Amino acid sequence: MILGEALSGIGSRPARTALTVLGTVLGIGTLVTTLGVAATAGNQIAGRFDAATATEVTVTVPATGTTDDPPPVPWTSLTDLARLNGVTAVTGYARSRDGDTLPVRATPLNDPERVATRQLPVIGTDTAFPAAARAAVAAGRFFDQGHLLRRDRVAVLGPQAAAQLGLTRVENQPAIFVKDQAFTVIGLLAPTGRSDATELDDAVVLPWSTAEVTVRGGPLTTVLVTTALGAAPLIAEQAPLALTPNDPLGPQVTAPPDPAALRTGVAGDLNGMLLVLGLVSLVVGALGIANVTLVTVLERTAEIGLRRALGARRRHIAAQFLTESTIVGSLGGIVGVSGGILAVVAISVARDWTPVIDGRLAAAAPATGALLGLLAGLYPSIRAARMQPVDALRGPG
Amino acid sequence: MTEVIGLAGIGRSFPADPPVHALAGVDLSIHRGDYVAVVGPSGSGKSTLLNILGLLDRPDTGSYRLEGTETRELGDRERTALRGARIGFVFQSFHLMDYRDVEENVMLGGLYTGLGRAERRRRAHAALDRVGMGHRRGFRPTRLSGGERQRVAIARALVAEPALLLCDEPTGNLDSVTTATVLDLFDELRTNGTTLLVITHDDTVAARAGRRIRMGDGRLWPIPSPDHGGAGVDTARVPT
Repeated sequence: MILGEALSGIGSRPARTALTVLGTVLGIGTLVTTLGVAATAGNQIAGRFDAATATEVTVTVPATGTTDDPPPVPWTSLTDLARLNGVTAVTGYARSRDGDTLPVRATPLNDPERVATRQLPVIGTDTAFPAAARAAVAAGRFFDQGHLLRRDRVAVLGPQAAAQLGLTRVENQPAIFVKDQAFTVIGLLAPTGRSDATELDDAVVLPWSTAEVTVRGGPLTTVLVTTALGAAPLIAEQAPLALTPNDPLGPQVTAPPDPAALRTGVAGDLNGMLLVLGLVSLVVGALGIANVTLVTVLERTAEIGLRRALGARRRHIAAQFLTESTIVGSLGGIVGVSGGILAVVAISVARDWTPVIDGRLAAAAPATGALLGLLAGLYPSIRAARMQPVDALRGPG
Repeated sequence: MTEVIGLAGIGRSFPADPPVHALAGVDLSIHRGDYVAVVGPSGSGKSTLLNILGLLDRPDTGSYRLEGTETRELGDRERTALRGARIGFVFQSFHLMDYRDVEENVMLGGLYTGLGRAERRRRAHAALDRVGMGHRRGFRPTRLSGGERQRVAIARALVAEPALLLCDEPTGNLDSVTTATVLDLFDELRTNGTTLLVITHDDTVAARAGRRIRMGDGRLWPIPSPDHGGAGVDTARVPT
């Protein structure tokens, strides 16, 4: 009965109701858009850090001053690092002391019409390289501990290196010449899965012991670690200690940023300003409802008097106006949340993002609007209920 | 005949300097089926009397029995309930809601007395037929003439089937032609047993009533009517 009266009261002034609703719509709309866009953008950024990237740690070891100094990171320390809980694979590689790239060719012939010699990076590494560098063996095999101990003259080629040298298969045991020293190619690698190590696709990969005696392989310069999911930040912290206990500040560690921190960070940036804006609009919306309800109460003084004359008690009158303002508030909440969701979807479509909206947010918005309307209607309703029917009947109308 | 209203020594004054004694010892008895007109100049206390009769205001002194119930003892809640159920109001300015159609306006009567929607609609139809406005159910009050509006307002007052119809200057906003239609309706209602109390300053309206009372200085003075021969003198006594 009260609901019906309230609804018809609202419906009687559609234009005014629409304008009153607008304040709440803007407030709730802004809030939902803000939170929705923040969640969407946060999700978007976090989405780039997929499971693979989030498990990769790279340690760069600074070069030593002279060749006589002991290497800052001995090869044996890689096993120390591998023992850490959360590490799934560790490898390291060293470059030649003669430069980043060395002349490499696939044939001993000097053909003047063809450029057969390529400048390619040549690295020495250990047997864990395919696992830690996420480079599968595409053809043949990778070298093993035996090759390493015997300092065998074997080489494995990265996919780009193999293409440049014109090698596609290894069954015939092709040879390559690095600085005119022959190596047997025993395997070809697939492209690496690590985004921070794509230059390894160009590399000629040798056992590090072989590289030391043939191409003046230098000390370990880069350590590649793969970790269990979620362990990367911890390993990044522990790796320098495990590798160089004497100088833990020496190595530079590159670890993926913590996706959780990143997401909240982005959300925080976006939220601050707009959230305040949304809250301000909400307060303005509530004040709007309060103001219009008060005006309505004063305007409808005669109606209030009539209703009292027809036997309405004070709480009937209060309930009617409270219901009206609550309905106006919920309308604002519903329209606002719809508009906000549309805005988030529109922004997502424009940016090619996946919209992310918390279902609880969508559900809470109409309730928030209703609460707002209820609070806003409190004072006008009390005013209406306090009116003396005698005075009210004499009022405008 | 059953007494609908019994006023005894009703006094009501308003704080001012000096205090205004709007009513000073009013006695009045109205029986079922009576048609009473109260006339008097402005400021004579007519509105105060109406407010007290309509349970919108409380007297300072005296006793007011509505259908035998002493209303001075009642709390706000009971007075409100009694007002909704037993008293029908007809106002000078109609107090119809412009944004609701005639039927909905009439259905407001009985809204607060616990009648179901269907029952109110049924009664609204009956009341509208009774005042001759059955053909205007779906109209907005703004599209009706003054007399039609007042007849709708009367229908609204009849929905709750009140013991007494209190009319405050019911023809104050009407011209002489529409006034006549409303007065005809009052005659008809009276014939069908409705108890009417009309407050007016218009003598042609008062002339149609069965009993006329003049209000002055907060007291009631009976006006002897030619055909009723002084009836009612006993119920509106001149204070001594």
